[in-house]
Amino acid sequence: MMINWLPLFVAIPLGTAFVIPMIAKRLRWVSDLLGNLAMAALAALAFLAIDGQGICHIGSWPTPLGIDLRLDGLSALMLVTINLIGLLATTFSVPYMERYTSKLRYYSLFLFMVAGMNGVVLAGDIFNLYVFMEIAAISSYALVAFGCEHEELEASFKYAVLGSLASSFILMGIALTYGITGTLNMAHMAARISATGMDRTLVLALGMFLCGFGLKAALVPFHAWLPDAHPSAPAPISAMLSGVVIKALGIYVLARLAFNVFGVDLNPHLLRIVRLLGLVSMVVGVFLAIGQWDMKRLFAYHSISQIGYVALGIGLGTPLGIVGGLFHMINHSVFKSLLFLNAGAVEYATETRDLKKLGGLNRAMPVTAQTSLVASLSIAGIPPLNGFWSKLIIVLACVQAGHYWLALAAVIVSLLTLASFLKVQRYAFFEAAKAGLERVREAPLLMRTAMLALAALCAIMALMVLTGMESPWLVGPAANVLNAGVFGTPLGP
Amino acid sequence: MNEPLASQGMSLIVKTVTHWVKVFILVFGMYIVLNGHLTPGGGFAGGVVVACAFILLELANGQTRTSQTVKVGVAAELDSAGALLFLGVALVGMRAAGAFFKNFVPTPEAAWFKLFSAGVIPICNIGIGLKVGMSLFLVFVLLSALHVAVRNGDRKMIRRRKE
Amino acid sequence: MIYALCFVLIVVGLYGVVVKKNVVKIVISLAIMEYGINLLLILIAYRRGGIPPILDETMNVADFARQAVDPLPQALVLTSIVISLGVLALLVALCIRLYERYGTFDITEMRRLKG
Repeated sequence: MMINWLPLFVAIPLGTAFVIPMIAKRLRWVSDLLGNLAMAALAALAFLAIDGQGICHIGSWPTPLGIDLRLDGLSALMLVTINLIGLLATTFSVPYMERYTSKLRYYSLFLFMVAGMNGVVLAGDIFNLYVFMEIAAISSYALVAFGCEHEELEASFKYAVLGSLASSFILMGIALTYGITGTLNMAHMAARISATGMDRTLVLALGMFLCGFGLKAALVPFHAWLPDAHPSAPAPISAMLSGVVIKALGIYVLARLAFNVFGVDLNPHLLRIVRLLGLVSMVVGVFLAIGQWDMKRLFAYHSISQIGYVALGIGLGTPLGIVGGLFHMINHSVFKSLLFLNAGAVEYATETRDLKKLGGLNRAMPVTAQTSLVASLSIAGIPPLNGFWSKLIIVLACVQAGHYWLALAAVIVSLLTLASFLKVQRYAFFEAAKAGLERVREAPLLMRTAMLALAALCAIMALMVLTGMESPWLVGPAANVLNAGVFGTPLGP
Repeated sequence: MNEPLASQGMSLIVKTVTHWVKVFILVFGMYIVLNGHLTPGGGFAGGVVVACAFILLELANGQTRTSQTVKVGVAAELDSAGALLFLGVALVGMRAAGAFFKNFVPTPEAAWFKLFSAGVIPICNIGIGLKVGMSLFLVFVLLSALHVAVRNGDRKMIRRRKE
Repeated sequence: MIYALCFVLIVVGLYGVVVKKNVVKIVISLAIMEYGINLLLILIAYRRGGIPPILDETMNVADFARQAVDPLPQALVLTSIVISLGVLALLVALCIRLYERYGTFDITEMRRLKG
C-alpha cells in the first residue's frame, strides 16, 4: 500500500505550492495553515514509510522503459529527516517570516524545495534525480536572496552561479554515462556497468559526478559558496539548507552512485578520494570557523567540517564506517538546524548576529539559551547526546580499518569544535548584557516550540544506539542498503 | 510615463501589424501544443510561442496599454491552474487506473495517429503549455516593470507606470 | 571529432564564468556552457543515416526502431533547456537587483562578504 503512495511525497508539496498563491492572496493566514498542514502530512507519511521496501512504477510502465520511484532503507532515512526538519522549520517560520516581504511566496518556494528533495531521495533513475535536484536547487537560490539586501543578493548570486556550474557538470556526467550504458535507470545502469567494467569515459563521468555533487555537498575545495549563502538566508532556510539540502542533494547521491551504481569493487580509488576530501573538509572547516565573529557564519563553517566527518565515515567503506557516517549525517541535521534556528531567534530578538555585540542572553532568552547549550554539546560530541555516539562510531571505524591518523584527526577536530562552541556560548549567552540589549525578550511561542522539539530530538536520538552500535534503529537498514553493493538485476516489474 | 498612450511603445506600423498578426501567433502556438503527441513540439515549445504572442503585444504597445488589457493577476492564476491541471491528471490516474500518472483514457487502434488519441497526453500538454506561456510572459513583465533610478541621491527601484 | 567541438564550446563557457568580471557576462557564459552540454546530449543520440524519431502510419515499428535516431536524449535536452531557462531568469533578476543595490555590474566591487 505504501508503495503506491510514494508519488504523494512529491505531489503533496507541489500541489500545495501551486494552490497557495491562488487562494492566499487575500487571507494571509491561509498560507501559514496550508504550508504547515502539508509539511505535517508529509512528516506523517514519512514515518509510515519507515519499514517499506519496493519500487513504484509510474504509469505502470515496466522497469527499463518507465520511471521508477524506489523506497529502501536509505531513502526512508532521508525522507524522515527531510520532512521532520521541514515541519519544524515551517513551524518556526510562522512568526519569523512576518518581518520579510512576501510570506506566501516564501511558503511556495519552501514547498518546492521540499518536493525537490523528496524526489531526489526517491528517484530510481538518474535523470529524474537531476530534474528534482534542480527544482530544489533553484528554489534554494531564490530563498537565499529572499530579503533582497546587499549581502543576500551577493551570496545568492555566487551560490546560483556555482550551483549551476555543478549542475552542468552533473548533466555532462549523465550524458557520458548514458552514452556508454544506454540506459538511465539506476538499477539497469548498475547491471550494465558491472557486466562491462569501467572504461575511461565512465571514469571521466564518475569524476564529473564527484565534482558536481561534491559542490552540492560543500566538500572542500568546492565549499566557497556555503559560508556566504547559509548566513544570508532567513533562519529557517539556513536550517533547511545546512541541515537537509546539502545532505539530500550531495552526500546521499554521492553514496548512492558510489556504492549502488558504480560499485566500489570496480573503483578502488573512489573511496580513497572521498576519505581525503572528508579529511580536508573537517580540518579546513574547523580552522576557518574558530576565527569567525558572525554567529551564522561560524555555524556555516562548522557545517563544512561536519560534512567532512560524514564523508570520512562513508569513505571508509566498512560497515561500521558507513553506519557512523549516516548516523552523523542525521545527527548533524538535527543539531545544526537547531543551532541555526537559535541564531534566528537571537537575530529576531536583538537584530544582530555579531558575537562582539551580544551578551547576557542566558537571562533574557532562557529557552533559546538552553536549547543552544544542548545543540552545542551535541555538536562537540559530549556524552550522552547524539553527537557523541556518531563520532565515537566513526573514530572506532577508523581505528578498525587501520587508519590511525584519521582517527586522531577526527578527535582533534572534535576538540576544536568544542572550543569554538564554547566561544559562542560565552560571548552570546553567558557574558553580561552589553549596551543596547536591555529590552530583549524571549522568542514567540511557535519559535520556542520548534527549538524545544529539536532539542528533545537531540536527546532522544542518542537512544537510537540502544538497538546495537553496529546497527542503530533507522540507520542500520540504510547502511545495509549501501553495504549490499551494486543494485541487483532489475529486469521485470 | 506622462506621454499619451499613443506615442508609447513602437511605431504605428509595428502596432498595426501586431494587431493583425497576434491572433495567428496564438493559434500557431495552440496548434503546436495540441499536436504534441503527433509532431515535434508539445507543451513547452507551444507555450513559448504563446508567450511570444503576449510579449510582442507588450513590446509593440508599451507597458501601460498592455497592463490594462492583459492583467498580471489573471496570468498568475492561469499559471497555477495549468500546473494544477497537470498534477490533477496525474493524481486521477492514480485513483482511476491504479498507478500514478497512468494513462486512463484508452485509445482504440483505429484512433492512432489522429488528433484525439494518446489518452492523457494532450491534456498534460495543454497544462504545460498554459503554465509555460504564462510564466514566460510574467517573467518578461516583471523584469521590465521596474527600473533603477536615482532619487534624492540614492538608487531605488521604481515602477515605470507610477512615475 | 565533432564531440571535440562540443567540448570547445563547453570550455569557452567555463572560461567566461571563471574569468569575466561583469555579472551579465558571467550569466551569458553560463548560457553558452549549457548550450554546449545540450549539444553533447543530442550528439550522443545520433545514428549515422538515421531518420527522425517520428512514427507515422506507414511505418513498421520494428524498422522504425532500427533506423531512427535515439529520441530519449532529445527529451532530456528539452527538459534541460527548461531548467536552464528557469535558472537564467533567476540570475537575470538577481543581476538587476544587484545593480540596484551596488550601482555596478562589476563583481570585484561586490565584496561585502569576506573571510
